[in-house]
Amino acid sequence: MATITMTVNGSEVSAEAEGRTLLSQYLREGLGMTGTHVGCDTSQCGACVVHVNGQAVKSCTMFAAEAAGAEVTTVEGMANADGSLGVIQQAFQDHHGLQCGFCTPGMVMSAAALLKDNPKPTEAEIRDYLEGNICRCTGYQNIVRAIMAASGQEVPGAIAAE
Amino acid sequence: MPKDSGIGASSKRREDVRFLTGNGNYTDDININGQTYAHFIRSDVAHGTINSINTAAAEAMDGVIKVFTAADFAAAGGIPCGWQITDRDGNAMQEPKHPILAEGKVRHVGDPIAVVVAETLEAARDAAEAVEIDIDELPAVIDMKAALDDGATKVHDDLTSNLCFDWGFVEENREAVDAAFAEAAHVTSLDLVNNRLVANPMEPRVAIGDYNRSDDEYTLYTTSQNPHVIRLLMGAFVLSIPEHKLRVVAPDVGGGFGSKIYHYAEEAFCTFAAKVLNRPVKWTSTRAEAFVSDAHGRDHVTKIELALDADNKFTAIRTETYANMGAYLSTFAPAIPTWLHGTLMAGNYTTPLIYVNVKAVFTNTVPVDAYRGAGRPEATFQLERVIDKAARELGVDPAELRRQNFIKPDQFPYATPVAVEYDTGDYDATLDKVLELGDYNGFAARAAESAANGKLRGIGLANYIEACGIAPSNLVGQLGARAGLYESAKVRVNATGSISVFTGSHSHGQGHETTFAQVVADMIGLPEDQIDIVHGDTSKVPMGMGTYGSRSLAVGGSAMVRATEKIINKAKKIAAHLMEAAEDDIELKDGQFSVAGTDKSVAWGDVTLAAYVPHNYPLEDIEPGLEETAFYDPANFTYPSGSYLCEVEVDPDTGTVDVVAFTAADDFGNVINPMIVEGQVQGGLAQGIGQALRESAVYDDNGQLLSGSFMDYAMPRADDLPNLVVDHSSCTPCTHNPLGVKGCGEAGAIGSPPAVVNAVLDALNRAGHKVDHIDMPVSPARVWAAMNS
Repeated sequence: MATITMTVNGSEVSAEAEGRTLLSQYLREGLGMTGTHVGCDTSQCGACVVHVNGQAVKSCTMFAAEAAGAEVTTVEGMANADGSLGVIQQAFQDHHGLQCGFCTPGMVMSAAALLKDNPKPTEAEIRDYLEGNICRCTGYQNIVRAIMAASGQEVPGAIAAE
Repeated sequence: MPKDSGIGASSKRREDVRFLTGNGNYTDDININGQTYAHFIRSDVAHGTINSINTAAAEAMDGVIKVFTAADFAAAGGIPCGWQITDRDGNAMQEPKHPILAEGKVRHVGDPIAVVVAETLEAARDAAEAVEIDIDELPAVIDMKAALDDGATKVHDDLTSNLCFDWGFVEENREAVDAAFAEAAHVTSLDLVNNRLVANPMEPRVAIGDYNRSDDEYTLYTTSQNPHVIRLLMGAFVLSIPEHKLRVVAPDVGGGFGSKIYHYAEEAFCTFAAKVLNRPVKWTSTRAEAFVSDAHGRDHVTKIELALDADNKFTAIRTETYANMGAYLSTFAPAIPTWLHGTLMAGNYTTPLIYVNVKAVFTNTVPVDAYRGAGRPEATFQLERVIDKAARELGVDPAELRRQNFIKPDQFPYATPVAVEYDTGDYDATLDKVLELGDYNGFAARAAESAANGKLRGIGLANYIEACGIAPSNLVGQLGARAGLYESAKVRVNATGSISVFTGSHSHGQGHETTFAQVVADMIGLPEDQIDIVHGDTSKVPMGMGTYGSRSLAVGGSAMVRATEKIINKAKKIAAHLMEAAEDDIELKDGQFSVAGTDKSVAWGDVTLAAYVPHNYPLEDIEPGLEETAFYDPANFTYPSGSYLCEVEVDPDTGTVDVVAFTAADDFGNVINPMIVEGQVQGGLAQGIGQALRESAVYDDNGQLLSGSFMDYAMPRADDLPNLVVDHSSCTPCTHNPLGVKGCGEAGAIGSPPAVVNAVLDALNRAGHKVDHIDMPVSPARVWAAMNS
């Protein structure tokens, strides 16, 4: 066991970890930050996506030790400073982009990474980018709509919530 | 003008805020002081005799607390089955014991043999490597028909064969059905497979057992769709824990789709071990474990025949289905291929004579039970495929052949020949709607455009009917259910007027916290944020049966309406007293009680306060307080219906199928939250399109699951699906529940697979390939082979 220190959502944090401890496990069990989810063991589902030094990473594919000293952002860090929902989060609520909520942390973090690189993606680009995030509830349509809306683009055919 | 709150409004989901900010409370997010970690050692062979299990070396390892085997559960019962089927000869189905841990034999890959409990998960996993298990592998039975051969290896030595039951429905109609076939002008016959699926909710299953020695109480935290059902099954049948000493909590649950209905061995293990060890015991499934321990779905092999007269009217249907039960009977397994399948074989049509035969078979595979739709997709797929084949054989338009045989609006209530009575419906309306929205008449132009791009375009239609709002208890009791299927609701009005509603339904993605609040808010005329929905904890909620079979609003919502009506009636009595008026003159609107024909009124909060501070109160007539409970047992199933239209492009060089358009027109009766309903349909369509084109749980001959991870089991991704056009403007309200609602959770998964397959076959046949059928998943390899055979 070793003490691993990193910056998570702007705060320096430390927890004990074994060499084999995954970043996802470190966040959930070491830090008690359970917003990041684990939905598979083959790095397919993307529920565990976080940002490490600005890059979207499946936190189940990275050892905690590899992230020592890094700047990590999780879904817990995506709200506005006053606690209200951030733009992407609000768009997901407005466009019913989540149902059970389990894949949602990864979807939000992937969406944020996409919009950083491509501020006005087309629908096809969004669907292509989300290839590494599986949702079993929504059929993806409202996730795509939410990301279109979060990018400030018009959402064709959407029934936005009241 | 859409409403902005209450019934009919697309209110934003209140649960989203916690899910979007990482503040959900899923079972794996719960950690209890002093908890231990369980790791299950599972069989890696499909069938075998356990000669020995040596746990000594593992138990000596650092951090290991105990290794459990079947010997530790000698006093426990088996995991019970909740439904008994009676076969064609009047005998009860064969029902093998389903032990918590394997007793002497393993019967499927994934069958749990031993469990290591340790201080950390890593220690438990490391120690599992040191548990020595000696198994003599036996031949496995995987193919259902081979499993019924004379001399086939038996999955259970104490049963007479691998046949669980041979069910005929309606047995008395059999000869008349055969006679109708003998007289038919045309018979269409089709052999098909309804492919085996894995539900795969994104949250794997989790169980945490906790035992409190001071008051001898157990708590189980579990990823369940129905915590009371788990409490009853586990408490009464497996561990002999009185219900008042057992609390089951299902907090935020990350999807279920049926797979989290059942009582699983891991739940009983963690609860039991927590007392043995006097420490909390936590188990979190890996996805690899989920593939070999969550109940699978579908897996039917069917021959269906459709008889038509000279005018193309359907005169009879005859089916023979082999339904895989897997190695043990899961909680509702026997009900799925029988009462949830045979009773739907009339579909939307007036076919007067139907006979359904189902042979349920044990194999050395994971148990099979309900998966989104549960029996109804299997019925719909057969029916809508054979009708499409008949239309092609007869050279008639598949939409018109269906329409010609529809039950017409003036025929409701309509008693089918398969024991159910549809209360209401308008199948022409949804068919007209889907043909309009999907531009059926404009298909030729789109096909020409596809052809210009070197693609084969096809269009496929399917109608569906489903029986939801499960279910009238007295009826299902006669059919073999070992449970009632009512729902409960308790409405607690607080002194200051806010309301907590305790529902026996369970939300695991459906948005009940929002929808249910809309209903109560509407009934009283309060802002939705004054109403809280509480679910998922047996210590808070009255005995309820949970969420599956699109029943939550139709049954749970109806219980909530009944309880709220009791609240309003009592509140009116209090208001009448406060205003010194006659009770019959009291009206409630927008949260204000008024006396008809006067300007007298009191606010909701004045009445609720009076109920709890009864200084000026008719104590001689009514009790203080404002809290009411209702149990609602439905009079009938509900019958949502709809018409789905799919367009595909097939690449003739590779056989790849691309769904380029999908339109759904549903009739769900009244709709509370259109946004949520739309989302439910979209999600169901994605699962149905996934079944049609991509998903399949494939076993090899030795019983190894070949598609046992997300790398092999092809879950639909965002770029596999088109924009889905969803409409629910057709509305024939349910006639027998107070909200007029029918249920929308499963429709998409029921109606879409035949629409997709019909579209692929249409594309191939239009291009001159005489292909009658391709089994799901309609993979590029299968399409290419069909085109080139």
